[in-house]
Amino acid sequence: MKQSNTIIKTHYKREDNIAAYLMLSPWIFGFVLMWLLPMIISIYYSFTDFNLLNEPTFIGLKNYIRAFTEDKTFYKALGVTFTYVLILVPLRLAFALFIAMLLNKKHKGLGIYRTLYYVPSIIGGSIAVSVVWKQMFGNQGVIMSLLNALGMEQKVSLLGNTNTALGVIILMGVWQFGSSMLIFLSALKQIPYSLYESAMVDGAKPWKVFSKITLPMLTPTIFFNLILQIINGFRVFTESYVITDGGPLDSTLSYVLYLYRRAFTFFDMGYSCALAWILVAIIGIFTLFLFKTQNSWVHYEAGRE
Amino acid sequence: MGRKNKRKIHSVLFHIEACMLGFIMIYPLLWLLASSFKSNQTMFQDAYSLIPKVWDVATNYKSGFAGIGGVRFSTFFMNSLYVTVVGMLGCVISSLFAAYAFSRIKFRFGNILFGCVMMTMMIPAQVMVVPQYIILKKLNLIDTRISLILPWFFGGAFFIFLMVQFFQGIPRELDEAAQIDGCGRIQTLFKILVPIVKPAIITSSIFAFYWIWQDFFQPLIFVNSTKKFTIPLALNMYLDPNSYNNYGGLFAMSVISLLPIILFFIIFQRYLVDGIAMDGIKG
Repeated sequence: MKQSNTIIKTHYKREDNIAAYLMLSPWIFGFVLMWLLPMIISIYYSFTDFNLLNEPTFIGLKNYIRAFTEDKTFYKALGVTFTYVLILVPLRLAFALFIAMLLNKKHKGLGIYRTLYYVPSIIGGSIAVSVVWKQMFGNQGVIMSLLNALGMEQKVSLLGNTNTALGVIILMGVWQFGSSMLIFLSALKQIPYSLYESAMVDGAKPWKVFSKITLPMLTPTIFFNLILQIINGFRVFTESYVITDGGPLDSTLSYVLYLYRRAFTFFDMGYSCALAWILVAIIGIFTLFLFKTQNSWVHYEAGRE
Repeated sequence: MGRKNKRKIHSVLFHIEACMLGFIMIYPLLWLLASSFKSNQTMFQDAYSLIPKVWDVATNYKSGFAGIGGVRFSTFFMNSLYVTVVGMLGCVISSLFAAYAFSRIKFRFGNILFGCVMMTMMIPAQVMVVPQYIILKKLNLIDTRISLILPWFFGGAFFIFLMVQFFQGIPRELDEAAQIDGCGRIQTLFKILVPIVKPAIITSSIFAFYWIWQDFFQPLIFVNSTKKFTIPLALNMYLDPNSYNNYGGLFAMSVISLLPIILFFIIFQRYLVDGIAMDGIKG
């Protein structure tokens, strides 16, 4: 048996193959039904004119050309989503790191704070939370009465103002910094204490300790979080659907909301499939870009795979 | 002495700041709870106050539970519960088997398939929703509760990934010892490995529960008759002033929708915090 292993390097036992595929069969079934088949169909539809009622007609690249050359709303939604992602992700990560560093000390009752800060993250996707946000920042809401009490009278609510509506939605995302905070907290605990000790011996200032030790040691965690959060950020839908319905004047129209409207309000299925693939490409470019820059700023410990 | 005092002041300051931030974080929830106890007439007169001027504990909950469009809220609740529990069980068991195969068996195309798992993590599910809708329509599954379970039932990348991480931390000698004792694969998995990866299974179950319970996008597209609505869809309908003009009922049912999540969180907090940390560092 040993002999056969050395001759053919990648030799799989028949029995192993059968066992593995049996165990994977539920996942493979789901993957084919909910991912692979939809992907193939979606690529095909993205090259067609299709409104669900008639058979799809092949129109080549026209959907893609239409998005980039004619569709102003496409650019609007793209702009809103980029703004959302590029402001929210750094803000949330910075805030999460800041709080994690505050909590990475020896105080009593830290567990309670950790829990309190984490709660918004677990319920953030709920419609209930969007309901609260809509009311709090709406015309008769808490924030309006607070602003009035402070003498900053507003004619329209923050959600009714094209300049601030997206800000309110971003704020809701920052509010959910808890899960990133937990990840940072556990990463901070992994940093060997000896590093800090030698810095103290050298008499390094706190800022120097942070920028020379803490931050570099955290870069793998930051990198991983950055990618996941960017992907998550691009799929924002519920908030802009429930709180503002994309308004006022499309100022909170997220890309996925626009895609949804194209498909299920206008029944422009082919076009919305093209929009979907453009989004996949954008996310792919972002991820690729981050991986390319990885070497220049992500610090992996020597000896780690 | 002076140093000790300084440390004490530091500690007090820290707690004051931490409590203030905690209050801000939790304020929206307290506000929701308080508002659910305010009457519709006075709701916006004391919008910011967390203590209702006039307590009205029952009215909003009664009117909220009465439902909308002839469907009682308990129907929405049961729909959500059914979809969530079945979806969660399927998701966790399918993911467990997949994770075992990926981490313990060497098989043909294993790497390619694992690449597919990771790919589904990178592509937002929202992007697939149009073709998914069309497939479900062809299968006559649109507007059924099954259509809401299907996307979850066969496992997901996040869960497989989490469990693979746990499996890899368990020495293979344990499996081998069990196999020498005459255990088959399934027996090894359930008798030896499952007890060890219990934290990962519990963490996965909680996350699956949260995500399916709060899922809004897919139900919005896959289901259209009110009788089959889950809670998020129902709340969305409560929110529409044209079909339901009762803020009290909306707030009360929003509280109800969050209760199972909060309850789960209180019971399983430890697993959640450990699980998310585990998934984060090793990525």
